[in-house]
Amino acid sequence: MSETVKELTCIVCPMGCTLRVTMDGGKFVSVTGNSCPRGAKYAETEMTAPRRVLTSTVRVNGGHLPLCPVRTKGDIPKELLFEAMRQLDTLCVQAPVKIGQVLVEDLCGTGVPVIATRDIHLG
Amino acid sequence: MREISAEMERELVVIGGGPAGLAAAIAAAENGVAVDDILILEREPELGGILLQCIHSGFGLHRFGEELTGPEYAARFSKKVVEMGIPSLLSTMVLTLHQMEDGCKEITAVSSAHGLIRLKARAVVLAMGCRERGRGALNIPGTRPAGIYTAGAAQKFVNIKGFMPGRRVVILGSGDIGLIMARRMTLEGAKVEVVAELMPYSGGLSRNIQQCLRDFDIPLLLSHTITRIHGKERVTGVTISQVDEKRRPIPGSEQYFACDTVLLSCGLIPENELTRQAGIPLDPVTGGAVVGENRETEMAGVFAAGNVLHVHDLVDFVSAEAELAGAGAARWLAEGDGEEFKLPIHPQGIIRYVVPQTVSLPAKEDVRLFFRVGEVVDKAAVIVENGGKVLYKGMRPRLLPGEMESVTIKAAALAGTEGGQLTVRLEKR
Repeated sequence: MSETVKELTCIVCPMGCTLRVTMDGGKFVSVTGNSCPRGAKYAETEMTAPRRVLTSTVRVNGGHLPLCPVRTKGDIPKELLFEAMRQLDTLCVQAPVKIGQVLVEDLCGTGVPVIATRDIHLG
Repeated sequence: MREISAEMERELVVIGGGPAGLAAAIAAAENGVAVDDILILEREPELGGILLQCIHSGFGLHRFGEELTGPEYAARFSKKVVEMGIPSLLSTMVLTLHQMEDGCKEITAVSSAHGLIRLKARAVVLAMGCRERGRGALNIPGTRPAGIYTAGAAQKFVNIKGFMPGRRVVILGSGDIGLIMARRMTLEGAKVEVVAELMPYSGGLSRNIQQCLRDFDIPLLLSHTITRIHGKERVTGVTISQVDEKRRPIPGSEQYFACDTVLLSCGLIPENELTRQAGIPLDPVTGGAVVGENRETEMAGVFAAGNVLHVHDLVDFVSAEAELAGAGAARWLAEGDGEEFKLPIHPQGIIRYVVPQTVSLPAKEDVRLFFRVGEVVDKAAVIVENGGKVLYKGMRPRLLPGEMESVTIKAAALAGTEGGQLTVRLEKR
């Protein structure tokens, strides 16, 4: 197979390094342009099975605010983002909520939990 | 805790309980100001500022070595403020700030709980943050229907209130909030038709172009702007035109996009009404006060930090700057102003501004200068000089207007400096 080079913007941190990834067919060969090892790992994952951290909100019952912001504790496959949003949309949690509290044990079968990113007190 | 009354005196009043105000108050307390002598005034019902609606991740990498969401980052500071016992007045809006004859500052504020409050403070930290440029400031022709919001207002609706402002969206401006909202609205089921950016480059972080636009196949039209808004009761569409190098719309390049919502993400303006009213000199480029290395303004005992001083890309730098201001205020309260000479710092060429605008000599510590460029520059040396003597020279592979840069000048390098000015310039390769 012939090697191809693709340019990516690293999203691991706000530096946003421009990565040049060499691929051989569907196989990752090498990367340049990264400033840290995390960038190299990102390049490989991004070219083979991209993953993202999802942040959103879930409804709250009896809280001082109608919504609680949440995030996945770790990244999930990018192609599951919309399915994950649909699962979160069905959720309604009871106040009070503590920051870091697990609200979903396993999001869409990824094994990744969803946690609250702030306190919601009784309202 | 001291009682809240209509007439109060405090050593230090911090105006604004967002990331800058919180970090400044903590730093002041850690540097010797008694917590009971500090008071944070915040207009919202809770501490945390704009971070509370920034539910996406990406905050705190520099400071904590991990990626936090906005509310998580805010909680690190607001919890510490509460633990340390630093008092705050919430839902309290400051109306006026001025210097009294004895040098103290008088602040008037209002709140539903306490009515009109008059505060006398020896030192003040300005931490009011910034606000978004709205339609009125952008002069977009067309009708005035419902459905036009700043990106931040839409963010508050979606993330805090739980309302979707619309289903079919056009975003003007590619600042970070606009990019973040493009993704957020998409995930919540809206269709973002296009992001139009007047400049030939994006104003947002490159990683946000990737993870907020490319991830969802949202087109970004550079050198384009909205030239007409259509719709009577509600937005029905926009006309987008390409612009030339002088940012004038090119006739014949018009494209129509149907939409029910327009989000504006066209830059942030430091919120300095109080600063101006107090007669504190502002830098016309940053829109914030002129400050020294400890973020003291030209009015003795008044400090400024965070987005009220200059608009930052990263909250991590807001916190660090506010700590300089908080520590500076503590030192000022203990020692007053010294007899230092203030060396002015001047940006040159395509460097638009430098913060701080002055540095005191003799320098006790290394000084970090923050600056922004006015256009994209590849491979350039940043040079800081004093009267022909180079105090710093360092290469940058790429400089972007959307990304704040910094250089650190060693105290030792400043030691031989006696007068004149510091200049900061770029030398292209």
